[in-house]
Amino acid sequence: MNLTILTGATALLFLGFIFELVRRRRLREKYAVLWIFVGVIVLGLGLFPTALNHVAIAFGVANGVSLVLFFGVMFLLLVCLHLSWEASRLEDETRVLAEEVALLRLRMDEQSERTEERSAS
Amino acid sequence: MTDTLHAAAPDTAAEAATGEAARRTQRVLIIVPAWNEAESIGRVIAEVEGALPFVDVLVVDDGSTDGTAAVARNAGAVAVRLPYNLGVGGAMRLGYKYARDHGYDIAIQVDADGQHDPAYVPKLIDALSESALVIGARFAGEGDYRVRGPRRWAMTMLSWVLSRLARTKLTDTTSGFRACNRELIALFADWYPVEYLGDTVETLVRALRLGFRVSQIPVAMRQRQLGTPSQSPAKAMLYLGRAFLTLFLALVRR
Repeated sequence: MNLTILTGATALLFLGFIFELVRRRRLREKYAVLWIFVGVIVLGLGLFPTALNHVAIAFGVANGVSLVLFFGVMFLLLVCLHLSWEASRLEDETRVLAEEVALLRLRMDEQSERTEERSAS
Repeated sequence: MTDTLHAAAPDTAAEAATGEAARRTQRVLIIVPAWNEAESIGRVIAEVEGALPFVDVLVVDDGSTDGTAAVARNAGAVAVRLPYNLGVGGAMRLGYKYARDHGYDIAIQVDADGQHDPAYVPKLIDALSESALVIGARFAGEGDYRVRGPRRWAMTMLSWVLSRLARTKLTDTTSGFRACNRELIALFADWYPVEYLGDTVETLVRALRLGFRVSQIPVAMRQRQLGTPSQSPAKAMLYLGRAFLTLFLALVRR
């Protein structure tokens, strides 16, 4: 019973934290949906830790906790991979922006030089 | 491999003899990627403009903090300044974008540390009548540049594989002294890898896989005017590993 209180309370805190981040617009919607979904699952499992036992046995896994551990690790790996992918994409985007800034700055310098020449003559 | 993508080979003797004239009618841009090279960049620009009065010089200041761009401008070059350091590949893509937007026919990369001798540029340009990309290569007869250990194995492996791909001998695939034509300028303006070795090896593989002809001419490289190349054994091994990885990825990437 004590374990259920611990995991249930943790899950509630987690869900509350995600909700607060979404509410303050710190998380983009695509991530918000994902993490709220995760939070709900964590809450469900936190309140009923044995709920997955019969699913686990059907899969040939000793108990529900092991199954949750396995899927949890897989999920975290996928999330990490996704973040690397996002970071690569963002770097590509910032690279384009850096190029644009450099070219714009060059054109601005050339333009102001030309106006200076014109006002000098 | 199709021949349609290759630069048209001169089909008459008269045309072959007009290398000099082509040099004057074609617009040539020298792209100099520079990161904190304020001390040597002025000399490099003066040397290029002295030896090659028909070219324009673009210095891509790759987020320098020592005023490289200002020195370059005072020396008479056009200087674009990236807001932060991207690496050679990043600087070069910006250089090719500039070349494409300003309608240059030929773009030639020259390093800012003074190890590339601009006297070879006319030879690079002449070789472009036969190829889309020409590498100024060490180890090809001229000069006495030497490397040993894993770094040498990496270079041997790279030149063996790339020579097979190119169907011509390429002895110095990591050389930063290279010239390319209009079609490759258009490609490199949109796509130029920023990863280590990607700016040299991967671009060669991509150009070859797209059917462009790549060749080399022998050049002598000078000692760097400033700064020393990293040569510790651990770094050399790392270099070998990265060379394998880069080559492998370049060969399997779409």
